[in-house]
Amino acid sequence: MSARVKPYDGAVVCAPVTVPYARFSPESAHWWTGRALQALSQQTGLKPGDFDGFCFASFSSVPDTVVGMVQHMGLSPRWMDHIPTGGASGVMALRRAARAVQVGDAEVVACVSGDTNQIDSFRQGLTGFSRFSQDATYPYGFGGPNATFALITDNFMREFGVSREDFAKLCVAQRTNALSNPLALMKKPLSFEQYVNARAISDPVHLFDCVMPCAGAEAFIVTTPEKAQELGLSVARIAGTIERHNAYPEDAVQTRGGWGCDIDELWAAAGCGPQDMDCLQAYDDYPVIVAMQLADLGFCTKVDLPQFITENDFTIPGSLPLNTNGGQLSAGQAGAAGGFQNVTEGLRQILHCPLGDQIPEARRALISGFGLVNFDRGVCTGAAILEQEVLR
Amino acid sequence: MSEPLIPPKKKDPLLNTRAGHVPPALRSRAAKAMAARAGQGRFVLQACEDCAHVTYPPRDRCPKCWGALTWQDQPRGAVIEAETTIKASTDLFFRNHLPWRIGSARLDAGSMAIVHLHGDVNQGDRVRMEIKLDRGGNPALFALPEKETLNMADDPQLRVFTADPKYRRILVTDGRGPVGQAVAEALVKAGAKTVFLGNNDRLMRYPGQEQIEAMEGIEPVPLSIADSRSTEALAAQLGGRVDIVVNTAQHTRGGGVGFGGKLSDLQTGLDLEVSGLMRLAQAFAPAMSGRSDDGTNAAAAFVDVASIFGLSGKAGYAGAAAAAAARLSLIAGLRGEMAQTGIRVMSVLTGPIDDAWHQDIPPPKTAPVQIARAVVSALQQGQETICAGQVAKEIFGRWQADPLLTIREETQ
Amino acid sequence: MTLLTDLAGALATGQVRVVDLTNTLRADFPVIVLPPEFGQCAPFRMEKVSRYDDNGPAWYWNNISMNEHTGTHFDAPAHWVTGKDLPANTVDAIPAQDLIAAAVVIDISAEAAANADFVVTRDFLEDWEAKNGAIPLRHWIALRTDWYKRVGTPEYLNLLEDGVHSPGPDASAVEFMVHDRDCVGLAVETVGTDAGQAFHFNPPLPAHSILHGNGRFGLQCLTNLDKLPTFGAMIVACPLKIEGGSGSPLRVVALIEGEAT
Ligand SMILES: [Zn+2]
Repeated sequence: MSARVKPYDGAVVCAPVTVPYARFSPESAHWWTGRALQALSQQTGLKPGDFDGFCFASFSSVPDTVVGMVQHMGLSPRWMDHIPTGGASGVMALRRAARAVQVGDAEVVACVSGDTNQIDSFRQGLTGFSRFSQDATYPYGFGGPNATFALITDNFMREFGVSREDFAKLCVAQRTNALSNPLALMKKPLSFEQYVNARAISDPVHLFDCVMPCAGAEAFIVTTPEKAQELGLSVARIAGTIERHNAYPEDAVQTRGGWGCDIDELWAAAGCGPQDMDCLQAYDDYPVIVAMQLADLGFCTKVDLPQFITENDFTIPGSLPLNTNGGQLSAGQAGAAGGFQNVTEGLRQILHCPLGDQIPEARRALISGFGLVNFDRGVCTGAAILEQEVLR
Repeated sequence: MSEPLIPPKKKDPLLNTRAGHVPPALRSRAAKAMAARAGQGRFVLQACEDCAHVTYPPRDRCPKCWGALTWQDQPRGAVIEAETTIKASTDLFFRNHLPWRIGSARLDAGSMAIVHLHGDVNQGDRVRMEIKLDRGGNPALFALPEKETLNMADDPQLRVFTADPKYRRILVTDGRGPVGQAVAEALVKAGAKTVFLGNNDRLMRYPGQEQIEAMEGIEPVPLSIADSRSTEALAAQLGGRVDIVVNTAQHTRGGGVGFGGKLSDLQTGLDLEVSGLMRLAQAFAPAMSGRSDDGTNAAAAFVDVASIFGLSGKAGYAGAAAAAAARLSLIAGLRGEMAQTGIRVMSVLTGPIDDAWHQDIPPPKTAPVQIARAVVSALQQGQETICAGQVAKEIFGRWQADPLLTIREETQ
Repeated sequence: MTLLTDLAGALATGQVRVVDLTNTLRADFPVIVLPPEFGQCAPFRMEKVSRYDDNGPAWYWNNISMNEHTGTHFDAPAHWVTGKDLPANTVDAIPAQDLIAAAVVIDISAEAAANADFVVTRDFLEDWEAKNGAIPLRHWIALRTDWYKRVGTPEYLNLLEDGVHSPGPDASAVEFMVHDRDCVGLAVETVGTDAGQAFHFNPPLPAHSILHGNGRFGLQCLTNLDKLPTFGAMIVACPLKIEGGSGSPLRVVALIEGEAT
């Protein structure tokens, strides 16, 4: 690693918003985005003219990018950004907004992700998802991400001796967490047996390894500590972040993500380690990626994964609370908002305003994002450590 | 081994025919370039002109040095690193063909690819890769067992990428000549259920008639593709049960353009070969399109046997070459149309055929049996363009390398 | 004008009947087959232009194509090299007066049935005249062979490995018809006015050669000659007025006298 990354002094994160998800929605991404901005406004009293920064992520806002969205929403920011990285977009929005606030390019940045899910929009979205997917992935049985992750899972299980039983533990724990979240789409408990006996979707990926696509929106604000105080908002500080794209292209089948390249810098910047985390909000579209993150983020090695999973409890009262809102697996995957909910849920836990159950005394959250299966693997990775700063 | 294909039963008339969807068809220009080469049976990947790095999926610049990429033939070996069986898909075509097996293949050529798996291929296996064309004419990497296995061609996933004659009902348009007869015989031997063999003048005997018409599996039918009524009448009769059409009609007459060519020959040739092809397509394509995913004997292919000189012209055979050129153009257009409906459109290119109409051309010439072999092979492989015999291969090679030079060579 | 008024009346009562001598023009009607090295006679073709559809919502019509000698057709003198320099030798130049003429029907159906290569000679014609009366001058001479009954079978063209086998006249017969009986032309049911094997005659193809060399016409591929009386029929044969045309497909009818109905 080259130059030491500078800390995020002068920028704080606050006002987590989750717009209740819907399995299908006739509304547009614009509607969901506006709904999230409205919720931010209701929480903070801020009006369109008060936001001078806007960071946006969506898969379904076509043909609009952040440009169309700014005009659609009546914003007039002096800084804006568009993050097209899906599951990594929350962490990336956070980093970018924080730097903009830190240097004064913006004072109040609304980070918003909104996606709709109309009937058949999932299939249509897949068809033109990326150049490589269109040429070299989807025409191969059109299993969508399920099939791509099935290949990754098949290889990962064989390579590291991870079993479906290990995945079951992660998924069942997330469902248990989801039961306290009134906004989670999955409202019934999931037993170990139900997980193991579920029908195969694209083996070894089975039904409960897959998320349920839905419509929804997530948002948070990055601003200065002074502004947050003025608004009376509880805030978290950003202890460290990393981001890496297209790491390890030489790996035949993906067994690791870009976290591995920079993980030491993350922990060094934060001045703590995995054992200090009160929760892990990890990208969970397929449990194999959760397992991959546990190792790549430093909780254990790959070969120790089965043991690590066995020895830990991933529920809210457990030893390593994981995806405490239920994650995308149990709360639903609202498109790019699925890449924001790890930030909002981590933030809520350390600001002590959870949707469901609170992790007692939670102060530190590790947020991890993973996005964009462009061809045969996820390309974008990022992680951030948030620490409770002020509760108001 | 693959489960041997069983002869399809007669269709329950109360059952809906499965609509002939094609897999997702959106592709980059680079992927289309791959398809163009795959259609000739080649196994190609892009290699960098500067650093020789071989890359996949299709890119527009080298990911190692940003050099320009060209398509080059590559070793066909690969190892399957991971596999999955897809049991759910939102795609209208694949939904009807689940479960569907794919794998991650480490190509000997040096990159990774997601590939279709033959039923006899498993994780960890060494495989032989082919680039097939899917029903929409797009390139599809397919992993086959390294060595031939029992009933290998009957693999249901593989059959989606071929138009294997086995158990299919095939129309060969011109049974009066040696080419049509050889093709019909070869198709019967390749397992065709029935070959309907066209005869454009049932009042007039033709050489070989008794022998070919007596062959089991051959059913003579009246068909003159120079006559719209005749073509429509046969389509009305057979359109719903012809799975493959092979057009062997040809009208080769010598003569130049300004010197020695007969306009009446040209007209007859154009009418038979060019208008005839369109008549045939208009009569049979719609019904075939409606049955392109109709089980074991789904309609599968439209094959046109035309002279290689359609690409280059030919001194002394100007009119025949012009008819062939028009034919190739129509076939390309038809291919584009049928790609929407899942029917393969194939070109079999021939050299001068060893018949009475090519007496002035010195050997080597293309024997009817070579054409027959090429037709069967194209259908079995799902190959879009195939050369029958050495002459066509040689000219095709020269034409690919330098079309303008080949035109000069063949016309001067 | 009483003649035509009478004719109109006779047509109305059926006292004069109209016999259709024409085969239907259709794609599979046989045309003459020449050795492959020669140009070939195009068969009849028809392409729909519209039939109450998007190409013409209220009308039906076709484009048609064929040779001048396809189906029931007329041969003008220019059809043969022997007639190439004659005046008015093409269909557009033939005087309209010549398009309607009386006919004499010579029945050789029994001979033709017995021998497909039956050749009509001058001797045969003179014998025939002895039995039936002289062939009148300026008539169509129609050879009734009943060949039209073979239409739709291979025996119509009757093309075997040694060539076509169908009846026709030799040179002596044609010379007799032209020079001694001043015929308008020769009308036959077979595909040519010449016998199938006439290429091997000496001189070859005497009907074409002598008829056309002397400005006479040919009518081929007729039907229904068995419906005509030996004497007294009137043939109406009007070829299309093709500029410089050597012949033309046409509708040929005969008027015959019968009983009033
Ligand atoms: Zn390079």
